Amino acid sequence: MRYPTFTLPFTIGLSFVLLYILVIWTIWIVRLSRREQKIVWKRLFTLRTIKAIWESFREGLLHHNIYKKNAVLGFMHMGLAFGWFMLIVLGNFEARLYPHGVINPPYYPIFFEFFRHDLTPLHEYEEIFTFLMDFFLLLVMTSIGLAFFKRFRSRALGMRRTTKHILIDRVAITALWFIFPLRLFAESVTAGLYNTGHFFTNFLGQWVIYNLPLDYLYYPAWWAYSISLGVFFIALPFSRYMHIPTEILLIFLRKYGVKEKNNHSTFTTIELNACSRCGICIDACQLSTTLNISDTQPAYFLRDLRYSKPNERLRETCMLCMRCLDACPVGIEVTQIRKNERNEFPLFGTSNYDYLSEHKYPKAKVAYFAGCMGHLTPSVIKSTLALFDEAGVDYTFIDKDGSICCGRPLQQNGQVDAAKQLIDKNNTIINETNADVLVTSCPICASEFKHNYRLNMPVLHHSQFLNDLAKQHKLTFKNTGEKIIYHDPCELSRGLGITKEPRELLKNSFILEENKKNTGEKSLCCGGSLGITNTSLPQKMAIASDAVFQLYDGKTNLLATACPMCKKTLAMAQETVKVLDIAEVMLNNLEPKKKKVQSQKEPAEAEVLS
Amino acid sequence: MKEVAIIGGGVTGLEAANKLAQLGYTVTIFEREKTPGGHVAQWDRLFPNRRNSMEVVNEFKSHLNGNPAIFLSTAIDKISRKGARFTLEAKGKSFDADAVLIATGFELFPAEKKEEYGYGIYDNVITSAELEAMFKEHGYPVTKSGKQPQRIAFIHCVGSRDEKVSRPYCSKVCCVTAVKQSIEVKEAIPSAEIYCLYMDLRMFGPGYEDLYKEAQQKGVNFLRGRLSETSELEDGRVLIKTEDTLSAKPLKMSVDLVVLMVGMSPAEGTSELIAGLDLKPNKDGFVEIIDQHINPVKTKAEGIFTAGACTGPNNITDSVNAARSAAIEIHQYLSSK
Repeated sequence: MRYPTFTLPFTIGLSFVLLYILVIWTIWIVRLSRREQKIVWKRLFTLRTIKAIWESFREGLLHHNIYKKNAVLGFMHMGLAFGWFMLIVLGNFEARLYPHGVINPPYYPIFFEFFRHDLTPLHEYEEIFTFLMDFFLLLVMTSIGLAFFKRFRSRALGMRRTTKHILIDRVAITALWFIFPLRLFAESVTAGLYNTGHFFTNFLGQWVIYNLPLDYLYYPAWWAYSISLGVFFIALPFSRYMHIPTEILLIFLRKYGVKEKNNHSTFTTIELNACSRCGICIDACQLSTTLNISDTQPAYFLRDLRYSKPNERLRETCMLCMRCLDACPVGIEVTQIRKNERNEFPLFGTSNYDYLSEHKYPKAKVAYFAGCMGHLTPSVIKSTLALFDEAGVDYTFIDKDGSICCGRPLQQNGQVDAAKQLIDKNNTIINETNADVLVTSCPICASEFKHNYRLNMPVLHHSQFLNDLAKQHKLTFKNTGEKIIYHDPCELSRGLGITKEPRELLKNSFILEENKKNTGEKSLCCGGSLGITNTSLPQKMAIASDAVFQLYDGKTNLLATACPMCKKTLAMAQETVKVLDIAEVMLNNLEPKKKKVQSQKEPAEAEVLS
Repeated sequence: MKEVAIIGGGVTGLEAANKLAQLGYTVTIFEREKTPGGHVAQWDRLFPNRRNSMEVVNEFKSHLNGNPAIFLSTAIDKISRKGARFTLEAKGKSFDADAVLIATGFELFPAEKKEEYGYGIYDNVITSAELEAMFKEHGYPVTKSGKQPQRIAFIHCVGSRDEKVSRPYCSKVCCVTAVKQSIEVKEAIPSAEIYCLYMDLRMFGPGYEDLYKEAQQKGVNFLRGRLSETSELEDGRVLIKTEDTLSAKPLKMSVDLVVLMVGMSPAEGTSELIAGLDLKPNKDGFVEIIDQHINPVKTKAEGIFTAGACTGPNNITDSVNAARSAAIEIHQYLSSK
């Protein structure tokens, strides 16, 4: 057989993309740090590999994560990926089963219908192959239809907004959209001429387009199909579709334990390439839903970081609330990447912390740390300590007058060195208490202690600790039968995974009014975030009042939260509900069982310092 | 005889009523509190000369002799336009008027909104108004336990110039009030140490700067820095933290009493009241005037006038001037009808 020229665009495209992937994967793997390479190597022949294969199949082809969030959107992605995959696999089987010569070039199965019109040599398999090939083509066509529809009416597929794409992405997506309609057309023309195909292509060829000059269309149709494939493959490495091969590599590396560090690395490059810019993060972001700022979300931030550098607005316009992290179907560690990017552009001048002095506090079993935000909401401290006293807790209040910041706000704004000074100082103070446990009222501090400190004791948030006290019957509460809304703070729910304990504690006195949509890991940001410095106060208030509005169902006007920052912000933004810290509401419903325990607090002598 | 209704019986409402009655109108004041005189009547002494505030209130009150008439404990629920006249509803009754003067005054900033200052949480954190009440009652301040405080901090700008509590504007009178009160405390308790934590000191009126100088001479300490947070010590004293921004050093001290210089907030209910007349409050929530240079007592609604602290923070002088200005405007308006 003469070389079929029309397959050239496809062959060139495929060779290029395969070579590109091979080279780039090699470069990436070589550039991983020694430590990373070591753990990959060590874990290569373990169960992790099997798990990674399964996850690649589940996420790469079935798009299970998207499906869980939005069934139609999931179906769209699944239809395209899995349908295409099956067409390739079945096409290969079909071509291999068919008696042929020694050479089986890669284009052969792809353009099988062009080369073979009489499938009787397949015997009993003819019917099933032609049916399945038509079935999966129909599946892919349905997805393409949905995708096309989504571009123009994203809301119909449950997306408020869809990503705005750059030129290379438009080229790639156009080629992609053409591939399957052209394949359908080519196969239908073939079916019209040779009565091939099954219910779909055969029907179209024999009954719909039979009037067209099929003889003349035959070659151009197959050419067009091949060109669209070729263009797509050539554009792929430079476009969003690089996520297809990269996501597989990412899944494997992640399974072996590779993750983002405190600065950009090769793994970051891999993550950047694994972003498909699907735009699911845009709808998850309250800057978009409340403030209509829809061009700074991870889809855009990661895109600009992949090609060059995101501008300041893109880098800084983020509350670091991690809602996108929860929403991302690929699981890209976008919050860490953004923080790392910010480290290169620290905001505010360097600070002098020479004045920091270490305070000595008496030893006790429990070290209590209120945090800066705790100190700005004294009612939280007062209520927490009153409950400690009631339960007879042996505690020492370690930031009573020497309140040193946990370091988070500085870290969020790129002041790594300044943050380190604070962290070191605090780390010493906390470890020197030799307490059994550290309890803090602020989820931001709790998260910081857990992730960035080297403490010799476990860290608990006060909602956890108070819940433990209630479980041990050291605290008893009145059952009021009243309803209450609970707002999950970002740092407590997404940051630390603490969602059960505050609810258990509240249930001692209240009936929880749960809002499934914005609860737990999917909770809304209060808007008070210190991670963002370029929103105005009215904008922050709008986010806060919207967050309350989303939780409010008209059945109760009482809202409890477990973060001083959330409490302050939510209370300031609206008058509809009364916002209290979990310690405050529980103290209000305390069943006093014994005479007030003598306060454990030591008299503090503070003098004017200057 | 044409009728004028005045909403609010503070110094502004009283003085406008007095002038309008002199001009020959039938004037009725509606005051929601039990006594006339507004906030001035709650104060002990006035800046800058520290005269007894009741002297001023009684002077304005002395004209209440049937015309102007005053209804106390009478809050207006609604004002509506009825042809060329207005109908005011209160306590289920309605009153008609040819012109209305809005003189609803202000409200003290609710200090508990600034939770980090500890008002309502700690016993020895009080407002400037509560300090005046103490002066009225025993002539000197006392702590919760009834002792004379030996170290007192005055916190300026509480609910003023603070975007975080949606009060971006300056309340004008709190600086000089703090200076006046600090001198009074010093005179009542000569051994007391007094600190004023300020941002700027806005001594804009005649005699105010002199008062500031007097305070310095009497040993009041002025620290430039906003209060960051407070906590309570075992003995009931309050630990306050701030930054001395002139020496760029963080600073903390324990004090016996914290006095929050609460600013002026828009009076509750006023914006709802004027909404019925298609009037919107200005961006700070006060009654909007047509032109702050050329016509500071007219509103966009014909026949509705406004004066005093309901248009924004004012001292007594400015309020009384505005009251008289409004009386003339109302007179011109009614004469031309």
